[in-house]
Amino acid sequence: MNFRLRVWRQKDRKSRGRLINYDATDIPPQASLLEMLDIMNERLLLRGEEPIAFDSDCREGICGTCSLTVNGEAHGPDHPGAACELYMRKFKEGETIVIEPFRLKSFPIVKDLVIDRSALDRIVQAGGFISARTGSAPEANSILVPKHDADVSMEAAACIGCGACAAACPNASAMLFTAAKVSHLATLPQGETERVRRVVSMVHAMDAEGFGNCTNIYECEAVCPAEISASFIAKLNREYSRATLKRSSGE
Amino acid sequence: MFVIMIGDLNSHTPHGPLDRKWTNHKDHARLVNPNNRRKFEIIVVGSGLAGGSAAATLGELGYRVKCFCYQDSPRRAHSIAAQGGINAAKNYQNDGDSIYRLFYDTIKGGDFRSREANTYRLAEVSGNIIDQCVAQGVPFAREYSGYLANRSFGGAQVSRTFYARGQTGQQLLLGCYSALCRQIAAGTVQMFPQTEMLDLVIVDGQAKGIVTRSLRTGKIEMVAGDAVVLATGGYGNVFYLSTNARGCNVTATYRAYKKGALFANPCFTQIHPTCIPHAGDYQSKLTLMSESLRNDGRVWVPKGKEDCAKPPNEIPHTERDYYLERKYPSYGNLSPRDIASRAAKEVCDEGRGVGPGGRGVYLDFADAIKRLGQETISERYGNLFEVYEKITGENAYKVPMRIYPAVHYTMGGLWVDYNLMSNVPGLFVVGEANFSDHGANRLGASALMQGLADGYFVLPYTLPNYLAGQVGKRPSIDRPEFKDAEREVRAKIDKLLKINGNRSLDSIHRELGELLWNKCGMARNKAGLEEALEKIPKLREKFWREVRVPGDGEDFNQSLERAGRVADFLEFAELLCIDALTRDESCGAHFREEHQTPDGEALRDDENFADVFAWEFQGANGTLNPPKLHREPLQFETVHLTQRSYK
Repeated sequence: MNFRLRVWRQKDRKSRGRLINYDATDIPPQASLLEMLDIMNERLLLRGEEPIAFDSDCREGICGTCSLTVNGEAHGPDHPGAACELYMRKFKEGETIVIEPFRLKSFPIVKDLVIDRSALDRIVQAGGFISARTGSAPEANSILVPKHDADVSMEAAACIGCGACAAACPNASAMLFTAAKVSHLATLPQGETERVRRVVSMVHAMDAEGFGNCTNIYECEAVCPAEISASFIAKLNREYSRATLKRSSGE
Repeated sequence: MFVIMIGDLNSHTPHGPLDRKWTNHKDHARLVNPNNRRKFEIIVVGSGLAGGSAAATLGELGYRVKCFCYQDSPRRAHSIAAQGGINAAKNYQNDGDSIYRLFYDTIKGGDFRSREANTYRLAEVSGNIIDQCVAQGVPFAREYSGYLANRSFGGAQVSRTFYARGQTGQQLLLGCYSALCRQIAAGTVQMFPQTEMLDLVIVDGQAKGIVTRSLRTGKIEMVAGDAVVLATGGYGNVFYLSTNARGCNVTATYRAYKKGALFANPCFTQIHPTCIPHAGDYQSKLTLMSESLRNDGRVWVPKGKEDCAKPPNEIPHTERDYYLERKYPSYGNLSPRDIASRAAKEVCDEGRGVGPGGRGVYLDFADAIKRLGQETISERYGNLFEVYEKITGENAYKVPMRIYPAVHYTMGGLWVDYNLMSNVPGLFVVGEANFSDHGANRLGASALMQGLADGYFVLPYTLPNYLAGQVGKRPSIDRPEFKDAEREVRAKIDKLLKINGNRSLDSIHRELGELLWNKCGMARNKAGLEEALEKIPKLREKFWREVRVPGDGEDFNQSLERAGRVADFLEFAELLCIDALTRDESCGAHFREEHQTPDGEALRDDENFADVFAWEFQGANGTLNPPKLHREPLQFETVHLTQRSYK
């Protein structure tokens, strides 16, 4: 297959970037988008041009390293799935494909299509954990978790941390990401003790990183490769209100 | 051919009965006083299940930890891709499980090529892992009663596998990552993402530091520590195509090997029978399809070569060869991993493979759908059918899946003693990066168990035992050993950047992978291995002459990162083949065609090969400088060695 690519090239964080045109000819329809970029990079290299920098690792949609905006959509048009699960046969012959990084202030561009998502790590560091010292855990079956709660918790915990939610959101909000972690832990009895502190710290960290607020647009849910439901954002809001109420009432 | 040392390695296995060894060892291990812990700096390389859990636990104990990973976040290590589950001898099903049984299944599954005491300890701490993970909030599958659920897995007759949907590795890693984040916030762990270890620094015979390169800025730094922990995973990507992530590499362990650490049993590489086949040269990785599909799918290829290009539905039953059912009537499609993998290779070698390049066999659900209905099949495997369709564009309810074996896990790794310390004092190796627990073949759901056992429950006891004698011995990076290592690292980078040839890295790596896959893959023989050993040095020369690495070293340069890794694979491949050639027996995943039973099973030679092969670098690669072989005889005090039988 043949395509016209428009790829974001940017030397480093400080330089100005722009879209550069490339002709991608003779691309096997069974290749993934990333493999198409591999092929292009091999050709660029042999032509003496610098290959396109882009991030990927597991290439099976679970590690969350992919961070491409394809034709204006985070992870491209084939939802649900990360950009590594996008295959060229999903595009039309001759189509123009625009490939950019996730674009938001909190994920600065490192080079070309590579971004810095350490803001997400810092949100988790603010409290996205249960403080269970190694060795102190009680016998596993002494903590019963109703199946329904465990299933809901798992649905939230499935987040792959790619940041597509924030990239797709017109407000650049990371609320789906934060909500997923807060809900995962707040749904489990093990997470109860730190429930108040966790949500308050994580929301503050999220704000401090410059992410916006949710105005119920649901682009996040639409692009999420792990199909995290936006209803968890409602849960996050409830958790946050509950926590601030508890705090203000002195509990 | 080689200098061989027998019995010179001390595994430091404690004395006493098998089930008391670990307890006794812990009771007598030296400790570090809480006030002294903060004086120690521990370097942990890798942030997967083993490295992440080790870094978090050591930080929690009060040591100062520096943790390095090549990914942009510790949450992305490839442990995340593990699907099936994690074994633990909890016996929640009341079906007769015990620590001994988990130990025995693991050592038997490994075809009696692992160290008894290490494997027993793994089973012994397995239950603690589940406790720890539940406390952290890992959402394991539950019964309606709220109790933990279990599933069965290969190689066991009991149900002892804990799981979180098909994403167990992800959930365990995120649990471990959250513990790590807590320590990062507490200031005990300093995290260095996108940083690669390029050399090990040995001072006065002890591992006391590393040289790193920031993948983001290109900055090269020397890091001193009181001990170095490698948790850098396996080397499956030496085959180019594998189920590993793109970035997985052998660099850290191989460069430690070049600094004197012994590399043990590199030829023990596991090949998983059910992966989506290789579709073309452009392909960058292989994707695993759960082995559970073989419960309902029937494996076949056309009887005649001429039918291979026909649509499968047009080939009548009489013209199909259900080769697993034909060759192994009692196990049929559920034959063990190694048997199923080799059988697929055989029919493809005969020219009867299907799909692009003739490297695939059908896994057909038509009979199961007829028998059980599409709905039932969809309930059982719907998710996998979706993944298959996403990748291949084919609907497996209508046309049979095509599958082929792929490299999946490496049992070999750096040699360690009972304390998980290598022969270089102060260098510890955990998780897939070491060799110790799985012998010649790993059972399903045991990799996650081992990674977490090492990091949460073994290293935190054995590392202080070493550190107790090391107060105040952390060297300054001004020592010449650091400067020398840094200089070597810079020289290697400069050399790579100056080749300026006209070949891409991938093209050479693919060539290496193809060679290894054909000569040192599912089946190996003397002639093939000798051929590979002749070709690898030539390919290496070609690499250093013809490859093109653009850009410079002072920048974010993905080509340069990969070049260093491919260069190491090109050297390591030779060691892999030397080991495979020297191990003149078949065992587990190492199948030497010369050594098989009449019905094609691996034929072990316990008399001559019940040993660990640990290789010592001799200053250069190539036939003029063969590595020195240290053989550690495996002492089986408790188990009785038997022929593995799956009949």
